[in-house]
Amino acid sequence: MNSLIPAKFRPVLFLLLLYAVLIVLPHFLKYHQQDFLIFLTINILVVVSYRLVTLTGEWSLIHAVMMGVGAYTSALISKNFDISFWITLPLAGVMAGLVALLLSYPLFRMTQFYFLIGSFAAGEAIRLTWIQFIKPFGGTGGTSAIPSPELMNIDFLEPIPYFYLVLIVVSICVYLLYRIENSRIGLTLHAVHWKGVLAESVGVNTWNYRTLAFVIGSLFVGIAGALKVHYIGTVAPKQFDIGFMVFILIWVIVGGYRTFYGAIIGAVVLSVLDEILRGVEQLRPAIYGATLIFFILYLPGGLESLPQKIRQKFWANRESAT
Amino acid sequence: MTPILEVKHLTMRFGGLLAVDDVSFSVNEGEIRGLIGPNGAGKSTTFKMIAGFLSPTSGEVLFRSNNITNQRPSRIASAGVVRTFQETTLFQELTVFENVLIGTHKQAHTNIISAVLGFDRQKQNEAIEATTEVLEFMGLSERKNQLAAELPLGLQRTLAVAISLAAKPNLLLMDEPFAGMNPEETQHMMELTERVRESGISIVLVEHNMKAVMGLCDRLVVLNFGTVLDDGTPDQVRHNPNVIQAYLGGG
Repeated sequence: MNSLIPAKFRPVLFLLLLYAVLIVLPHFLKYHQQDFLIFLTINILVVVSYRLVTLTGEWSLIHAVMMGVGAYTSALISKNFDISFWITLPLAGVMAGLVALLLSYPLFRMTQFYFLIGSFAAGEAIRLTWIQFIKPFGGTGGTSAIPSPELMNIDFLEPIPYFYLVLIVVSICVYLLYRIENSRIGLTLHAVHWKGVLAESVGVNTWNYRTLAFVIGSLFVGIAGALKVHYIGTVAPKQFDIGFMVFILIWVIVGGYRTFYGAIIGAVVLSVLDEILRGVEQLRPAIYGATLIFFILYLPGGLESLPQKIRQKFWANRESAT
Repeated sequence: MTPILEVKHLTMRFGGLLAVDDVSFSVNEGEIRGLIGPNGAGKSTTFKMIAGFLSPTSGEVLFRSNNITNQRPSRIASAGVVRTFQETTLFQELTVFENVLIGTHKQAHTNIISAVLGFDRQKQNEAIEATTEVLEFMGLSERKNQLAAELPLGLQRTLAVAISLAAKPNLLLMDEPFAGMNPEETQHMMELTERVRESGISIVLVEHNMKAVMGLCDRLVVLNFGTVLDDGTPDQVRHNPNVIQAYLGGG
C-alpha cells in the first residue's frame, strides 16, 4: 500500500493529515482536555527550542527560566502599559534572547558540568529576583489579570480559538527552528559539538556559535512563555522552576535527541501518558516513574528509535518464516 | 620576497618550565619547512602557538607581515593558516563528504536569516562543488559516502588533510601526519603532501619520521630543549654533529 504514494510526498501527506486532525480534535474534547492540548502544543515549542541549545553539546538548566523571562516580559508590558499582545509576543522573544546574550559571556567560560551548574545558578538568580522584587514582578504569587489577545471579535478566553492561535505560532516557530537545524548553521553547530577544536581550526568561531544557539533557543522559548501566561492569565515564579526544567530534560531524553522529531515525540507521549493517569491520582507518580525507567532501560536510543526497532523485528520474523 | 610566515623570538613558559625559548625562523612562499627535534624539544608547543591554540609568553608570529599572535584559532584559520591534528581528529559520525564540507566554513558560513530563507543557496552549492573538488584532489571521491570512522588509518589522515584543504589555506601546518603509518601509507602521504605544495600551498611539517622529513622538506628547523639547534637544508642538518648528538643522546 505504501508504494501507491511516492516517498517524497509521504511527509507532506502526513503533515496534512496531522493538521486536519489537530484542527478538528479540540471540538471533541472536554474543557480540561482542551487546556491540556494548548499546554502540550506550547511545550512542543519548549522542547524543540531546547534542542537547538543542546545541539552544541551544552545541556543548560536555564531554559525554563528563559521561558519565564519571555512570559514576564509580555505579561508586564501588556498589563502595565496597555500594549497589544501582538507586540508583546515578539518582545518576549527579543527580551529572552537579550538576557541569553548577556548571560553567555560568563556562562560560556564554563563547559559541561560547570556549565550545567552555572546555568542553574544564573536561572535561580533570575527566578528569585521575580520573588524578591514584588514591584513590578508580584513576588511568589506572581502577577495576574494578564490581558488576553485581541483580534477582531474573536474571544481568546475560549480554549478553541486560543488553541488555533497557539497552533499557528508554534508551527511557524518550529518550522523556523527546523530550517535552522537543516541549514549550514545546523551542520556547523554539530561540528562545534563533536570536535570543537577541529571546527575552530577551519575557521569556525566556536564561542559565537554556542552563543548563537543559546540566544536563538532562548528567543523561541520566550515566545512559548508568553503564549502560556496570556492563556492562564497569571504569571508566577513557580511555573518556571527546576521541576519544570526536569520535565523538559525528561521529554528530550526519553524522546531522543538524535533527530529533530525525537523531542516532540517525547513531550507528546509522556504528557498524554500523564494525562491518562489522571483517573488514578495516587498511582500517577509511581506509574510515570516506572514508565520512564522502562523507556530508558529498553529504549536507550529514545522513542525516536522505536520505528526502526519494530521494523528490524518485523524483517527478522519474515526472514525466519521463509 | 617576504616570507609567508615569520616566527620571532617566540617564548613559552609553563610555570617554572621554559618549553620554548626565543625561537625564531621563517617559512618562504611555496616551501615545505620541517620542524624536527627529539621528544620534548618544544615542537608541538611552537606549532600550537603559531596556530593560536596557545598564547606565547612573549614573541610574535607574523603571517604575510600581519601580526597573528594571540588571535583566536578560527581567526588565524580565516586569515589562511590552517592546522591539522596529530591524532585522528575527525567528525567520526559524519560521512567523508560532510567532514570536508565542514572544512569549507570560510566560504560557506551564513547568517541565520539567509539560512532560514534560503538566500545562501548559491553559496552552499559552491561549497558543495569545492568539497567535490577537494575529494577528487585527495583521491577520496569513491569513499565520500562512507562514515569517517570506517576509514583505515591512512585514509583518515588523508581525510584530515582534505578537511584543512577545504578551508583554502595559504599555509598548512601539519602535525605528525606520518605517525603510525606503514611504508605504503607513508609513501602515499608523501605524494599527497608534495601535490598539496604544487597546488601553491606552503607547508610547515612537524614530524618524527625521518624518511618523510628528509624526502619532503626544503629546509629544516631543529629544536632541542626549546631552542633552535640548527636551521638549514636536510643535507646540512644531517651532518651537523650537534644535531646527531641531540638525537643519539650525548654524554
